[in-house]
Amino acid sequence: MSILVVADHHDNELAPVTANVVAAAKAIGGDIQVLVAGENCQAAAEAASKLDGVSKVLVADNAVYGHQLAENVAALLAEIGKDFSHLLTAATGVGKNVFPRVAALLDVNQISEIIAVESADTFKRPIYAGNAIATVQSEDAVKVITVRGTSFDPVADTGSAEITALDQATDAGLSSFVGEELVASDRPELTAAGIVVSGGRGVGSAEGFDIIYKLADKLGGAVGASRAAVDAGYVPNDMQVGQTGKIVAPQLYIAAGISGAIQHLAGMKDSKVIVAINKDEEAPIFQVADYGLVADLFEAVPELEGKL
Amino acid sequence: MKVLVPVKRVVDYNVKVRVKADQSDVDLANVKMSMNPFCEIAVEEAVRLKEKGTATEIIAVTIGSKTAQEQLRTAMALGADRSILIETDEAVDSLTAAKLFAKVVEEEQPQIVMMGKQSIDTDNNQTPQMLAGLTGMSQGMFASKIEVEGDKAKVTREIDGGLQTIEVKLPAVLSADLRLNEPRYAKLPNIMKAKKKPLDTKTPADYGVEVASKLKTLKVEPPAERSAGIKVGSVDELVDKLKNEAKVV
Ligand SMILES: Cc1cc2nc3c(=O)[nH]c(=O)nc-3n(C[C@H](O)[C@H](O)[C@H](O)COP(=O)(O)OP(=O)(O)OC[C@H]3O[C@@H](n4cnc5c(N)ncnc54)[C@H](O)[C@@H]3O)c2cc1C
Repeated sequence: MSILVVADHHDNELAPVTANVVAAAKAIGGDIQVLVAGENCQAAAEAASKLDGVSKVLVADNAVYGHQLAENVAALLAEIGKDFSHLLTAATGVGKNVFPRVAALLDVNQISEIIAVESADTFKRPIYAGNAIATVQSEDAVKVITVRGTSFDPVADTGSAEITALDQATDAGLSSFVGEELVASDRPELTAAGIVVSGGRGVGSAEGFDIIYKLADKLGGAVGASRAAVDAGYVPNDMQVGQTGKIVAPQLYIAAGISGAIQHLAGMKDSKVIVAINKDEEAPIFQVADYGLVADLFEAVPELEGKL
Repeated sequence: MKVLVPVKRVVDYNVKVRVKADQSDVDLANVKMSMNPFCEIAVEEAVRLKEKGTATEIIAVTIGSKTAQEQLRTAMALGADRSILIETDEAVDSLTAAKLFAKVVEEEQPQIVMMGKQSIDTDNNQTPQMLAGLTGMSQGMFASKIEVEGDKAKVTREIDGGLQTIEVKLPAVLSADLRLNEPRYAKLPNIMKAKKKPLDTKTPADYGVEVASKLKTLKVEPPAERSAGIKVGSVDELVDKLKNEAKVV
């Protein structure tokens, strides 16, 4: 078995979730190599070379892979990927964009967002917003897989793999980068944070979120939101937790003013401890909460912040 | 320009599905079915492109059993001009679906294929990207804004960390994220009109595509249930529990 893990990285920094994907690769077993494709991504490659269990890091450092344009990265992966038994990447924005295209170019299916490895060809994955877990088996020659990071504990960074440069560079000439609007934040990254404080429609406004941010900062946590809060413009899209947003599984998840729709629960119900603050005692969120507080969040959240 | 909109019939998003006792699949007997919400957003976007004069014809296509005609009628009530049902009672995997849509693309030559980013049943998020790969088209996925300018489209995409804008050459496959638009409801007169719009029925064999999957579902189980916890009476009690019982702060 030879497994190629495609690294997730931003601004020359390796995304921590790559260590979780390598853990999934180890569960499959075999030789593990990591590919870093991007522009000016040497530091990310060096970080990847330290991941435990990795034998080799391949770096495709070229302007055509800048901003991870799907057409170019997929062409590269289809070319080098066919020599591997498995291609793995994190089910993040980039992975979800690029990997299915790679699968199609290799004429295989993609196994999306696995949460467990049963064997080299059999995996578990959630379907129907996590209301069912499917065990699927692939007979494809190359298994193209995206991995839910929160389901695998990251490997350590005590390794020292060799780094090899690739000189392939294909520009499909189909798309180009125009610009981006990134949310600047000193808070931990949502999917990797140990504590997440989320607000919903009940928070009522962008200003209302101040108390959510304050509580998160007191706890050293990240801030999340329901779709309703994002749609209403209280917070950026990047904070949406749920079936079609981000999947989180922190030690502590605090939901304030969130009703607990199945689509929201799909993104947070694997958290270790769930706290719900809602003024409606019938809110479905209480069915999954370890600790429920029936209260007005505008009183309870600042009080909680003060007492921690 | 023609816009092709693949849509999917799925369990309604309000339904909490249950697993069958024999663990072969989820139980969809007597469950409300609807158009996948992301596909509704895709149809809406296509209709807006037509209203702006960018699109001249909207073709909806679906793969599924006869009952999937309902979703095509809905798409036509919302503004699609005609539709194609690729009829099969078998479960079709994403790669096969993408191959079938690629055949339709070959026949219809649309400039834009507008899709939903994910279907809420299998939660795969992959058919649009696969279609783009198979046809060699450019891709603009998870779109929250689309501006067509000549033979290009500027697509603002929801990415981790915020928004990214790219420019793609047409023809392209675009997929809708939640915030691309707010779909309209079909009006009664349009629902009546949609009944008369053309609906073509084909089979996978007509397109020379075999419906066989190398991805087998061995088992479908319910997830580990969380047991409901307790209600605390005050913030003080909550703080005490978090510190001394859960030990997470
Ligand atoms: C295709 C699709 C995908 C979706 N994906 C997602 C997703 O990824 N993530 C997601 O979250 N949702 C998603 N949704 C939306 C989901 O169905 C719900 O609409 C959404 O989660 C509701 O958000 P909410 O709980 O904030 O709002 P509501 O359901 O409106 O709940 C607000 C809650 O706040 C409480 N409240 C109000 N004021 C106060 C107060 N002062 N103090 C305390 N409590 C108060 C109310 O009692 C209520 O329970 C999706 C929907 C669809 C159709």
